[in-house]
Amino acid sequence: MHDRPLVYLDSAASSQKPLQVMDAVNHYYQTSHANIHRGVYVLSEEATLAYEQAHERVAHFIHADWEEVVFTKNTTESLNLVAYAWGLQHLREGDEVVLTQLEHHSNIVPWQQMARRTGAVVRYIRIDAQGHLDLEHAAALIGSRTKMVSVAHVSNVLGTVNPVDVLGKMAHAQGALLCVDGAQSIPHMAVDVRALDCDFFAFSGHKMLGPTGIGGLYGKRRLLEQMEPFLYGGDMISEVTFEGASWNDLPWKFEAGTPPIAQGIGLAAAVEYLEGLGMEAVQAHEHLLVSYALEQMRQAPDIELYGPEAHERGGVVSFNVKDLHPHDIASILDQCGVAIRAGHHCAMPLMQVLGVNGTCRASFYVYNTVEEINVLMEALGEARRLRRR
Amino acid sequence: MSFEMYQDNILDHYENPSHRGTLDHPTFEIRDLNPLCGDEVRIQARLDDEGRLAAIRFEGKGCVISLAAASMLLEAVEGKTLDEVKKMGRQDMLDLLGVPLTTMRVKCAMLPLRALEKAIHRYEDNDAGSPQVG
Repeated sequence: MHDRPLVYLDSAASSQKPLQVMDAVNHYYQTSHANIHRGVYVLSEEATLAYEQAHERVAHFIHADWEEVVFTKNTTESLNLVAYAWGLQHLREGDEVVLTQLEHHSNIVPWQQMARRTGAVVRYIRIDAQGHLDLEHAAALIGSRTKMVSVAHVSNVLGTVNPVDVLGKMAHAQGALLCVDGAQSIPHMAVDVRALDCDFFAFSGHKMLGPTGIGGLYGKRRLLEQMEPFLYGGDMISEVTFEGASWNDLPWKFEAGTPPIAQGIGLAAAVEYLEGLGMEAVQAHEHLLVSYALEQMRQAPDIELYGPEAHERGGVVSFNVKDLHPHDIASILDQCGVAIRAGHHCAMPLMQVLGVNGTCRASFYVYNTVEEINVLMEALGEARRLRRR
Repeated sequence: MSFEMYQDNILDHYENPSHRGTLDHPTFEIRDLNPLCGDEVRIQARLDDEGRLAAIRFEGKGCVISLAAASMLLEAVEGKTLDEVKKMGRQDMLDLLGVPLTTMRVKCAMLPLRALEKAIHRYEDNDAGSPQVG
């Protein structure tokens, strides 16, 4: 980039892809592509098998049964699926949906819209100055009116790892459900939906080394069976007459139309790659990078850091440099070959809580190194030259 | 290394903006946001009897590019008629700045002009109204 080696520190937005993933997609198109669940010819059977195996692989990765994992476009679509298909069916006037102050817009806006349609109310669990959820406030908010608690597993801005299992117990004690936005957790740590005892778990493929256009939604079988479909059309039906239709089995009931077959196969290859590395190793590597980055940044008196200590967060560091706007920092860093995110990170309510318009965010993944953090720190030195006074 | 975007005249406008502040009794005003980053600009304008921008001021929270753009734009439009301002486009704003911008940063540069255009259209759509806040 700009005649310098690329230092890519924006994996929380989207990760780069290993060759294995690109090869899997390519190989599929070159050898096996046909529409699935339709043809009786060999090619269609191969494609169907590969796509179903992709479901199995991804489901196994999060300790779910394969029928419980619906492939979607991304986390946003998965959360919309829950909001529409579960929310419209179950939310009534006066019911409450509990979110937190650190949610991504994708876990706020669908619930606000469903609340407007149903008369339900959205409430937000507060965070403290370090970005931890205020669990006393959570306990006070989650009550008999609560029908759904929907929270980010890991904050995309602060990196906070939220105690979703604790929130799940609070929710279940009140007869409410727990939906987890796993967009920022599944790429970076081992996820076991049974151990979390979450009712839904939404995630994106493109943040976990997989292709764009593929994501997933885990839902407990009982819930998915009870829910009405989200999108209607081909492949999601069992039988259609002129009068009506009945629905296909899980997970196909929620996968209307020709699905992202190649992308699903690519996602399975990404999961295989991550399993090869081991999620404990992935997490340890990111912890090393985050610890080093925080340590370096703390030495600079003009850098303000947001979020908890290294051992309590994922591979994300949000910061501001005194008297410099995040956009200007990101532009100078770009000139130095360093790609970071600047702005509100699709979390404008959280920015309001932090009292800032935006932050700079460096996020790390399996391919980043300590040397790259040194390049980042040098580039921040260049950005300081904008302050001429 | 050269940071072409951040030439001295741009930083001058950022550090000592022209036309920053508020007006008493503005003819119209607007508050607008860049949805990509949450940056904010507020522009107030007062028209004279001939329909020229007799006074115009801005306040804002933003990056070097968006604030310098606001400062340069308001310098350029004061004294102009609304029709003259409406004829201004993207290239006029980039010419005022006179530095190369990356695609994403063009959005920062365009925030003040887009806000002013929006304010003028709203004002003209309901001319008789009192100051409008968007």
